[in-house]
Amino acid sequence: MSLHDDNKQGLIEWCKRGEPMIWLNAAAVTVSTMAVVGLLLLLAVRGFGHFWPAAVVQAEYNLPSETAIPILAERVEVESVPIEQLLSAGFKIDASEPFVKRELVKVGNRDVGGADFKWVISDYLENVQYPNDVLVIERREWGNFYGFLQDVKEQGKIVASTTTDSSAALLDFQERVARASDIHDQIAKIEKKEIGSINYKLEKLRLKERGLSLNKDLSAASRQQAEAEIGLSRAELDIQYKALQGQLAELYTQWNRDSYTILTSSGQLREQRMATVVKAYQPNAMHIGQKVVFYFQKFGEFLTDEPREANTEGGIFPAIFGTVIMVLIMSVLVTPFGVIAAVYLREYAKQGLMTRIVRIAVNNLAGVPSIVYGVFGLGFFIYFLGAEMDKAFFAEALPAPTFGTPGLLWASVTLALLTLPVVIVATEEGLARIPRNLREGSLALGATKAETLWRVVLPMASPAMMTGLILAVARAAGEVAPLMLVGVVKLAPSLPVDGNFPYFHLDQKFMHLGFHIYDVGFQSPNVEAARPLVYATALLLVVIIALLNLSAVALRNRLREKYKSLEM
Amino acid sequence: MTTDKAAVKSHAINIESMGRNRGEQSIHDEDITLTVDNLDLYYGEKQALFDVNMVIPRKKVTAFIGPSGCGKSTLLRCFNRMNDLVDTCRVDGGISLDGSNIYDKRVDVATLRRRVGMVFQKPNPFPKSIYENVAYGLRIQGINKKRVLDEVVERSLRGAALWDEVKDRLHDNALGMSGGQQQRLVIARTIAVEPEVLLLDEPASALDPISTLKIEELIYELKDKYTIVIVTHNMQQAARVSDYTAFMYIGKLIEFDNTDILFTNPSNKQTEDYITGRYG
Repeated sequence: MSLHDDNKQGLIEWCKRGEPMIWLNAAAVTVSTMAVVGLLLLLAVRGFGHFWPAAVVQAEYNLPSETAIPILAERVEVESVPIEQLLSAGFKIDASEPFVKRELVKVGNRDVGGADFKWVISDYLENVQYPNDVLVIERREWGNFYGFLQDVKEQGKIVASTTTDSSAALLDFQERVARASDIHDQIAKIEKKEIGSINYKLEKLRLKERGLSLNKDLSAASRQQAEAEIGLSRAELDIQYKALQGQLAELYTQWNRDSYTILTSSGQLREQRMATVVKAYQPNAMHIGQKVVFYFQKFGEFLTDEPREANTEGGIFPAIFGTVIMVLIMSVLVTPFGVIAAVYLREYAKQGLMTRIVRIAVNNLAGVPSIVYGVFGLGFFIYFLGAEMDKAFFAEALPAPTFGTPGLLWASVTLALLTLPVVIVATEEGLARIPRNLREGSLALGATKAETLWRVVLPMASPAMMTGLILAVARAAGEVAPLMLVGVVKLAPSLPVDGNFPYFHLDQKFMHLGFHIYDVGFQSPNVEAARPLVYATALLLVVIIALLNLSAVALRNRLREKYKSLEM
Repeated sequence: MTTDKAAVKSHAINIESMGRNRGEQSIHDEDITLTVDNLDLYYGEKQALFDVNMVIPRKKVTAFIGPSGCGKSTLLRCFNRMNDLVDTCRVDGGISLDGSNIYDKRVDVATLRRRVGMVFQKPNPFPKSIYENVAYGLRIQGINKKRVLDEVVERSLRGAALWDEVKDRLHDNALGMSGGQQQRLVIARTIAVEPEVLLLDEPASALDPISTLKIEELIYELKDKYTIVIVTHNMQQAARVSDYTAFMYIGKLIEFDNTDILFTNPSNKQTEDYITGRYG
């Protein structure tokens, strides 16, 4: 009898060898991997397609028993809908097939037509063309504009026209757009940086003055002297401010010098200021290389620009910056606290009922819903601690709160509290794994317990601390709910780090990628425009968390290599 | 349990009546480093050492032999108060080092351990460089001058017969060395702080025969400078390296004598049974 001729026997043998378990394990790993890869792919495809310069289609939308509408739009997506749905929606269409194709097109021109997205039924698009001279204009407000360039004007006079020489007109148009953008950057620099810094100094002076009036112990003479000084510096700042105002006024007239006229698909001629254009391009005329360059430019802008139009346009740099800086501050706060607590619990506290209770409490703290931490942060850190700090250190600013209001510091502290249990548990486990004979080796050389801890145990436990920190970062960077209570806002006017002394403004509110996703996705006035941004931002958040984690993992691996005796 | 205790008691009387520890009588007072007086040791409720009395001669090698669990390691760890690390451990009686009681409340344990160094069964170098391992004890004492450290490291490594093997890789991680080298490094680390007494807790039991031989040679050289107490399972080793040998059994010191006498002419039946391999 051969070994394989009995099938039933073979199956039992196969089970006995543990093969089903191996297959099950492999299947579990595969499913998990596919889930992660699928998630990332979905985010990437949905999000990053947004930056590609889509072709602009010109067509007539000719529904039966309605007048034809001219369409000039980007195709966004196509879907198949049951005919009943359209019939019941009141479309009088030919009902011969059960499903019809329907597509979403971006028609832009919100200031003309009201909405910049439109659903159309594909079968009724007629005369579909892709004209090369369609111009897509990205504007500072009102979204994109689609049309055909007519004239370029300087101070109301036509300087170039597409009717005479279209390529020259377009070139002239692009030059003037670049010039307007330059001026726009200058204006932004003056308004944000220079006037911002003057305002900051003026505010400081105001607070100083108010501080003087609150200070009752000051002699009349020194008070007068101080007030005179304040008056002097204020006068100086005022002069600077006036000068900048003059510059600004000049720049604004320069900025508004040029305009252009553009023909919409419905034949309207509109005149618009050159100053409103961010960039203009002719997607149908671009070849693939130009499109790739354009794509990466757009993507770069997404990473480095500030958001516009209620966060549905422009970039997300402030949100990236806010997320990273908050996680860094949180890490700086949580690591020492967690490590110190773990060292006490594991090394110094007498092991018994009390330490067990503390451990259980710490573990349970890790399971408390994060919004609860947000409420605690608001109630304790902001309303109590922050308010007391204001009374003690920032009395001159009251009743306007300085730290008694949500801000970067409190968000970081709240998240540090939220992630503290993770760091404590990981560090404790690391400490417990240090071999006893190493501690004894150190003690036998005449080291005290503290010296042993400091020189042998803690360095060896540092990979475990890093593990704790990695888990903490992963949790904190993705947390949104508590942040909404303790410092994150939809749009922060400035970054929490800038050129004004003391450079780090921990009291400021900030933007955060997680909240940005929520805001763009759910609070946006323009859902269709925002959708790809939600996916792109989500992917970016994942990437940033992964980057933060990977750097911590790299650091941990270096430490592990250095203190590898644990594996002996 | 009670019968066990009774057995132990009768045993004790037995030894007393035999005029125990002939070795002790042959050692002059000025040659004594450590004196153990009526030492009882308890782990919680359980008594691990029973009324141990002995002396450890200066600059000689004293070996503790006995079956597993007889308390020889426990006794060894009393000499530098390593047992303090066990929460439930309690000690009655005393041990004096050069005449002063080491269990006195005023004794600084760290200072005591500097004078009484210890090498453990399993090599336990720190995950640092070879150099830093040897310099560790000095750095603890606040000595950070490179010149001093260099000198001590070299002297200690030479003292542990390791210098020639590692002089070109002093700054490599100590964990890259072989087990025998690691154990000699630990000995070097211990003698770097210049203790008076070296406690060796089965220092060669985790090593191969050649490394064991090297350690034994090293012990032979080191006894010129240090008082050495070694715990070993290996009776041949005890016979080879030690000047005095103590035989322990179930927490009691059964016999303590000059090694030659103890191995050739033991005065106690139990000792004889053990060294001839009849039990243990």
